Amino acid sequence: MGKTIHYASITKKIVMSLAGLFLTSFLVVHLTINLFVLFDPSREMFNQAAHFMATNPFIQTFQWVLFIGFILHMIFGVVLQIQNWMARPVRYEKKGSSELSYFSKFMIHTGVVVFIFLIIHFANFFVKAKLGEVESITYASGTYEDLGNLIILLFKDGAYVAFYVVAILLLGFHLDHGFQSAFQSLGLNHSRYTPFIKLIGTLFSVLITLGFVAIPLVIYFS
Amino acid sequence: MVKLDAKIPHGPIAEKWTNYKAHQNLVNPANKRKLDIIVVGTGLAGASAAASLGELGFNVKVFCIQDSPRRAHSIAAQGGINAAKNYPNDGDSIYRLFYDTVKGGDYRAREANVYRLAEVSNSIIDQCVAQGVPFAREYGGLLDNRSFGGAQVSRTFYARGQTGQQLLLGAYSALSKEVANGSVKLYTRSEMMDLVIIDGRARGVIMRDVISGKIERHAAHAVVLATGGYGNVFFLSTNAMASNGSAIWKAFRKGAFFGNPCFTQIHPTCIPVHGDYQSKLTLMSESLRNDGRIWVPKSPEDAEKIRKGQMKPTQLPEQARDYYLERRYPAFGNLVPRDVASRAAKERCDAGFGVGKTGLAVYLDFADAIKRLGKHVIEARYGNLFQMYEKINDENPYETPMMIYPAVHYTMGGIWVDYELQTTIPGLFAAGEANFSDHGANRLGASALMQGLSDGYFVLPYTMQNYLADQIGVARFKTEAPEFEQAEKETRDRIQKLLSVNGNHTVDSYHRKLGLIMWDNVGMGRNKAGLEKAIALIQELRADFWKNVKVTGTNDQVNPELEKALRVADFLELGELMARDALVREESCGGHFREEHQTPDGEALRNDKDFNFVSAWEYTGADKEPVLHKEPLVFEYIEVKQRNYK
Amino acid sequence: MDLTLKIWRQASATAKGKFVNYKVQDISAEASFLEMLDLLNESLVQKGEEPVAFDHDCREGICGACSLYINGRPHGPDRGITTCQMHMRNFKHGETIVIEPWRAKPFPVIKDLMVDRSAFDEIMQAGGYVSVRTGGVPDANAIPISKRNADLAMDAAACIGCGACVAACKNASAMLFVSAKVSQFALLPQGKLEANERVRKMVARMDELGFGNCTNTYACEAECPKEISAANIARMNREFLVAKITAPKE
Repeated sequence: MGKTIHYASITKKIVMSLAGLFLTSFLVVHLTINLFVLFDPSREMFNQAAHFMATNPFIQTFQWVLFIGFILHMIFGVVLQIQNWMARPVRYEKKGSSELSYFSKFMIHTGVVVFIFLIIHFANFFVKAKLGEVESITYASGTYEDLGNLIILLFKDGAYVAFYVVAILLLGFHLDHGFQSAFQSLGLNHSRYTPFIKLIGTLFSVLITLGFVAIPLVIYFS
Repeated sequence: MVKLDAKIPHGPIAEKWTNYKAHQNLVNPANKRKLDIIVVGTGLAGASAAASLGELGFNVKVFCIQDSPRRAHSIAAQGGINAAKNYPNDGDSIYRLFYDTVKGGDYRAREANVYRLAEVSNSIIDQCVAQGVPFAREYGGLLDNRSFGGAQVSRTFYARGQTGQQLLLGAYSALSKEVANGSVKLYTRSEMMDLVIIDGRARGVIMRDVISGKIERHAAHAVVLATGGYGNVFFLSTNAMASNGSAIWKAFRKGAFFGNPCFTQIHPTCIPVHGDYQSKLTLMSESLRNDGRIWVPKSPEDAEKIRKGQMKPTQLPEQARDYYLERRYPAFGNLVPRDVASRAAKERCDAGFGVGKTGLAVYLDFADAIKRLGKHVIEARYGNLFQMYEKINDENPYETPMMIYPAVHYTMGGIWVDYELQTTIPGLFAAGEANFSDHGANRLGASALMQGLSDGYFVLPYTMQNYLADQIGVARFKTEAPEFEQAEKETRDRIQKLLSVNGNHTVDSYHRKLGLIMWDNVGMGRNKAGLEKAIALIQELRADFWKNVKVTGTNDQVNPELEKALRVADFLELGELMARDALVREESCGGHFREEHQTPDGEALRNDKDFNFVSAWEYTGADKEPVLHKEPLVFEYIEVKQRNYK
Repeated sequence: MDLTLKIWRQASATAKGKFVNYKVQDISAEASFLEMLDLLNESLVQKGEEPVAFDHDCREGICGACSLYINGRPHGPDRGITTCQMHMRNFKHGETIVIEPWRAKPFPVIKDLMVDRSAFDEIMQAGGYVSVRTGGVPDANAIPISKRNADLAMDAAACIGCGACVAACKNASAMLFVSAKVSQFALLPQGKLEANERVRKMVARMDELGFGNCTNTYACEAECPKEISAANIARMNREFLVAKITAPKE
């Protein structure tokens, strides 16, 4: 971490933004697969996709890249935040609120919640799958671990659903600032395209949030 | 009587500067390193001089009163900077700029200095563009020009309404470069307390660190004062709060002659005074007169109604308005020089035609220009000024005419300097507004920036070498010398004296009183009785100040009250000298209007037979009358005429 | 109008500070904010108390000396102006106004509401210039510059170095200040030659001085008295990226 501090502030921001943008690709893929649960009651499509993801060599390699991206995003985020706190040792009596990108104020907070969520999420799905604790199910196309069923069981638990929904909402806020902010950090600001980027960013965060939130809610109430 | 030697080089006027440079003494690079120069002030003149001298290889120490060199008051100049580039192809030339400046100054400036100013004006624009100053440009990518008062050509380069800011930031960046290179050492929040003279030459300064109150000694082979003007003697002026006359006043008391102290410029387009708690006046750029038309109601009855708020200016029909500048001066109209415009406004208001709550305001109306050019054009030209006006007055100048009134803006007078910008103290130079040269009795718009940068970039780096060439054998000075000891002691005593009066009137209350005496008697209109009265009143006020002023706090801390007290104490002496000078000059010229001397239609009446000279005052001791020396002015290249803008 | 002022008082850089309440009466709506403080100070002096120290000079919004964090906003409630240009008509009778100094590690308090902003000078010294000497430069019209770029450069150059961007930023970042200077020169051919060096050096100095990092909150843009756009920050990021990528091996 020592070296991280010595990178120029802008270098750190650029790494943050590249890693962040990269992580959004993971969200898109993940959401697409998850949505299969809702559209195929037999869970075949979902379990098949999950199996593909768990066994495809390219995906398996890529998952480490993703992991590194995530770690970088996190470490740099924390380092930046600590430096930012240190830059104002004496706080204001009357707090300001001049930010034009509202959620920018809470990136560390939303980030930390999302991180905790990820750990729990990991324990619930990823670890269980890796340890082979998930039952198998056989379709015409073959036999897979029935991860779909695991999802359905978990989303019948009201407390878990509530936690899941809140975490995803915060992720949405994180994305809303993060998406356009990444472009700004990379120097991609233009009077003509920036409003468009901001709009895309907001749409993207809304869609991702709605998609992820819809799954537990539909399962819980069905 | 001492004979003042302006050291004007021989030869035809167009060749004087070239000849001077060709024959002057220079200092070789190895010796430059051994020579120290102190520059006080970081405005256009100070910053550009310090940067240029540093580049040449001299050891420079530069001091500013603010927390950063970038805050010097040059930053507030709005309109522009003149140069004889003739880019618009409208007939401009170095001679014409020279002519306009001498004429605008009402023939009270030294020809050779003004010609040199016009000559280097073009280099200034080149220099600033090379530094990255973002001057306004046309669509073709070339520089844009606009016109200003007192000229019939468009020769003013500008950067929106922030030309002074951009030029100062250019000089500041050049200075920053030299600070980084180590050739210039920068001292901020540092105010000059005294000048140190050793064997008749300027050899150092006493400074006060305004944070710690520490009194510091600095020695050098030469000293440059670029500390600006003394307009704040009037309390209310467009000058910044910290602008003061103390540095040049200390130089005066140490033997530097003071040139034309009474020549003060009252700027016609300022926002009128609105209350007695007011701390300063705000200038609206003269460039507004390019498109704005100045008027007051034709009848005093209408003026009365407007003052009482019973009528709006927009309700007054065209034929009931008096566009008095266009009426009196058809050739120049609203673009007459500043002194003429200011006096005309005062004349109308004194005669009962003034508007605003106080009756001390005239209208500057853009309705015609908006109709002719469209609101967007006016917005592009003056948007920031209009916004500034609206923030202060809560009135929208696009809809209702602006109200303006003259205010003290600039002092043409200052430390007397010769052609080399050297004062009567060898080794002491004065640059920018701090010296008296170039503008005569009235300065034209957009000429102050030109002069500051001319002095700093292109004059001092040459002329100072001429002086320093025979100083190379002089070893660095030790600040333990008895002269430093003495000067520091005097400073400490003065501070102690101020802190120990412990009376019951604030420093500001004295400053306000002094300002009122000056404005009423040594302002736009002056007469013998008023000036004599002013001298007596100032002496009385000064005596009272030293008996009853209250200065809180101590010397060893941040103490704005003490800083103000030190400055006001000097203003109380400087004001008297201004009044004396105005009393002696029994003529009207430029900004100096003696009511006894005017033409039947109220124009300034010069007396070239008796007053064609620069007044140079010599200090003779506390409470002794200063002695007047005269530098006769010789006009070889310009025919001296009564100024006529009709 | 009558007001209560809650002002930060701190005797010196090393002293411990605290808020002190003052009452001011009969303040005209036409008075400027600093004139209101002048009145307070004059009354304090008359009572033999120490006046409140604050930086100010030109009082027309251009020198950048005045600061003051007023009711949670640098330069107070009005937009696009400095404290000295703000008039009391922005406040209501009976209101309490909280006045604080700029807060940032690189801007230590000197006394009361005065802070030391010499960090900005240091950043400028790191590269905020075009390395030309006096004299020997080409004719001003020898380098045509598109009006658009000249205008954009002027927009950026309008910065007055007041530090409101740092004061407003939740991270005390100086990116708007630095990027305004970097942008001005990056947009002009005169500044292009040294652009890579300049952005590297200025950013390095900014980081060393302890300013925070930019998290694109745009509070700086919202509070800048000269309304300098955060697009300049993006331009600097771009310049920095290019400078880093194309830097020769050391």
